[in-house]
Amino acid sequence: MKAFAALIKQLDTTNKTTVKVRALAEYFRSASDTDKVWTIALLSHRRPSRPVNTTLLRAYAAELAQIDLWLFEDSYHIVGDLAETIALVVPQTAEKEKERSLTDYLNDMIWLKKEEDSVKKEYLQREWSILPYYERFVFTKLLTGGFRIGVSQKLMTRSLSMATEIEEDILAYKLMGNWKPQSISFQELVLDERSGDQDSKPYPFYLAYALEDELPALGTVDDWYAEHKWDGIRAQLIKRNGAIFIWTRGEELVTDRYPEFDRISTNIPDGTVFDGELLPMIDGKIGTFNDLQKRIGRRTVSKALLEKVPVILRAYDLLECEGDDLRADAFMERRIKLEAVVQRVDNPLIDISPLVEFEEWEDLEKVRAKARDMKSEGLMLKRKDAPYRIGRKKGDWWKWKLDPMCIDAVLTYAMRGHGRRSNLFTDYTFALWRENESGERELVTFAKAYSGLTDKEFRAVDKFIKSNTIERFGPVRSVVPELVFEIGFEAIAPSSRHKSGIATRFPRILRWRQDKKIEEANTLDDLKAMIIE
Amino acid sequence: MTGDTKLGFNIKTNKDQPLLVFNERGIYCPQADLYIDAWKPVNRCIITHGHSDHSKFGHKYYLTHHFNVPIIRHRLGNIAVKGIEWGEVFTVNGVQFSLHPAGHVIGSSQVRVEYKGEVWVFTGDYKLQDDGVCQPWEPVKCHALITECTFGLPAFNWRPQQEVMQDINSWWADNKTEEKTSVIFAYSLGKAQRILKHLNVDQGKIYTHGAIEKMTEVLRSIVDFPPTELITRDTKKQDLLGNIVIAPPSAHGSSWIRKMVPFETASASGWMAFRGARRRRAVDRGFVLSDHCDWQALLKAIKSSGAEKVICTHGYTDIFSKYLRSIGLDARTEKTQYEGELLEVEKVEV
Ligand SMILES: [Zn+2]
Ligand SMILES: [Zn+2]
Repeated sequence: MKAFAALIKQLDTTNKTTVKVRALAEYFRSASDTDKVWTIALLSHRRPSRPVNTTLLRAYAAELAQIDLWLFEDSYHIVGDLAETIALVVPQTAEKEKERSLTDYLNDMIWLKKEEDSVKKEYLQREWSILPYYERFVFTKLLTGGFRIGVSQKLMTRSLSMATEIEEDILAYKLMGNWKPQSISFQELVLDERSGDQDSKPYPFYLAYALEDELPALGTVDDWYAEHKWDGIRAQLIKRNGAIFIWTRGEELVTDRYPEFDRISTNIPDGTVFDGELLPMIDGKIGTFNDLQKRIGRRTVSKALLEKVPVILRAYDLLECEGDDLRADAFMERRIKLEAVVQRVDNPLIDISPLVEFEEWEDLEKVRAKARDMKSEGLMLKRKDAPYRIGRKKGDWWKWKLDPMCIDAVLTYAMRGHGRRSNLFTDYTFALWRENESGERELVTFAKAYSGLTDKEFRAVDKFIKSNTIERFGPVRSVVPELVFEIGFEAIAPSSRHKSGIATRFPRILRWRQDKKIEEANTLDDLKAMIIE
Repeated sequence: MTGDTKLGFNIKTNKDQPLLVFNERGIYCPQADLYIDAWKPVNRCIITHGHSDHSKFGHKYYLTHHFNVPIIRHRLGNIAVKGIEWGEVFTVNGVQFSLHPAGHVIGSSQVRVEYKGEVWVFTGDYKLQDDGVCQPWEPVKCHALITECTFGLPAFNWRPQQEVMQDINSWWADNKTEEKTSVIFAYSLGKAQRILKHLNVDQGKIYTHGAIEKMTEVLRSIVDFPPTELITRDTKKQDLLGNIVIAPPSAHGSSWIRKMVPFETASASGWMAFRGARRRRAVDRGFVLSDHCDWQALLKAIKSSGAEKVICTHGYTDIFSKYLRSIGLDARTEKTQYEGELLEVEKVEV
């Protein structure tokens, strides 16, 4: 554990990629095989499931720190991270007798899950009191969730490649899929050359960059295809040896969550891998992301939900055909094969993302302007002769998203930020005008947003909040309505869960409208008018 | 809900008002008609210490510990100021005032106020740990305590200074091995001298930014410090390599510092206890080192004062006072314009 905690600390204290890769490669050279497998698992989101729920964690930690639960909660709110809060408030009261490995601790967690609460409590409180601060933090982090330490899977793969001298691409492929860290050896996972038993393995996704220049900078129109950019879940649908597998871009195997595709399994030829977008398709129309949200995260899908929010795959690339890896082929050629396979499947559950016809770059501007009517987020530009690359690479794929929708809203509530901004009020709630039953104008909350201001602006707004607080509710303050902000968002949909009746997607502060008075802010009706039926 | 319950104070003076009150100018003693650490210009003001949020410009007459006199003279120019000793009592209209070490920075004091047997203490900024530079904090018994609680959360627990300084010295040594210059950001009054005092001079030379050099020069008449060298236009990059530079947080990202490449930067502050603060892009390393009390130190200080009534000023006042009430003390918060904790954070973040 000591070595792993030291690694995490190193990764966490530097922003320099080269330093991170070096530290990680060094760890991969020196750690035991089982610790290596677990490290790969942890850095690729393959944590064992949570052995103790966070309510219990908080209670056990507060008890050990000898503080009331409310004080623990208030501290947690300010620190912003549960594991960090626990590590900070709980004192180390004893020394550990012997060093235990990362593998030991992860095995503990698998064991602990099945134990009774009293055993969990005893185990956790003992470990918390003997581990030094940073190990205590890392240990608790293993219990609660992922590390956000700026180590992407790609960076991890690069480090592993440095340590093992196995090519990065090969490693990326090996590390994908549904392997279990507790039952696979480093030899099997990384070193062995395998064939078969890899049916479920997806290919690393190719990701587009946002368009940087004007369109003409891309060169001749003839070199490019354009498609709509669909707002669903990026996924690969795989059919090999009679079985279907669905992987999302987050490298999560989600086959069980979309059982509709089982029905057409026989239609899809073996050795096929589609790349496309899972989209909610309700009565022949694309639904909103809000609809899709109801399906995401549901491991078991009820029949009713299946009928209410059916999902299709809108395919836009073919990575494998008749068992052959097509990724080195030109997109143009893959596209021809894709059309043929989709035709062969012959079922609306898999359709094809149509190409947008254009002769001049200006044609695309017009299409993009109307993208919202098509329920798309904008356009994708793909070079006709490009191979299917790995990860985010510039040059062959560009996304050209719509400018966000925006509305002017009034700041009504504020909450302290987390971590480095824990002194400032940086999390805001915004409201729009509406007329109530008695015909008076009132402000109704519609969105929360926290990014988009400069540090200087945050400080100015923070100062305003501190001297214009109406009421305090724990960490939240209601604020004299006086400041107007332009709020941008990607999409909008009706929602019964929101007070305003509207859900917005990715709301963020675009700018502070110091030129506007609150009377000039938009109304809820203005917002509702943006919904496309 | 942590709404602010105003408990109101029962302690009254003859004139039926508390010994110390908070008004729009500062902490005020009506019986003696004088202020402590006023944030707006007043006639007579007792100053706890030299940080800019506690010692404002524009008062007619200043009174402070004599160690603090050269400090505020340096900052505020030729002001009318009288310096007194710790424990020296002076009486104004029957109210007895005295200053007692606060252990925050050189010359920092707590202010003890007594009238007809009733004793109030204002802590100013303070810490309990002996930093080896300033006069260590001393407990003062009182009925009512006005305390800062910058780090008044159980999440703040300082490690011994010796360990932190070891970390700083070995960080410097590591940078030296890589032939880089170490640049550490520290507030020019207090933190800079605290670090300077405990740097391992065998490892190399210590360079300073002008703001640090000047303040340290002022303090050399009071405390011995290792030699420092001011960085000037003539200082060459090669001279700096492997050595350490102490600079104020405001120098971060300036062209002044860019001339020193290759360098590693570090910040020393209580806020560095938070990973979020450490991780921000501003500095390569964060050392947890504060001139304020941590959670346990605040509790210890309150306990040893014997005060039944506690007023919490800057910091996590709501949470801290709620906790004090939960352990049976009569505690409340008061708004001030002190911002010691923000000074440290903001300047690094710019
Ligand atoms: Zn101070
Ligand atoms: Zn202060």
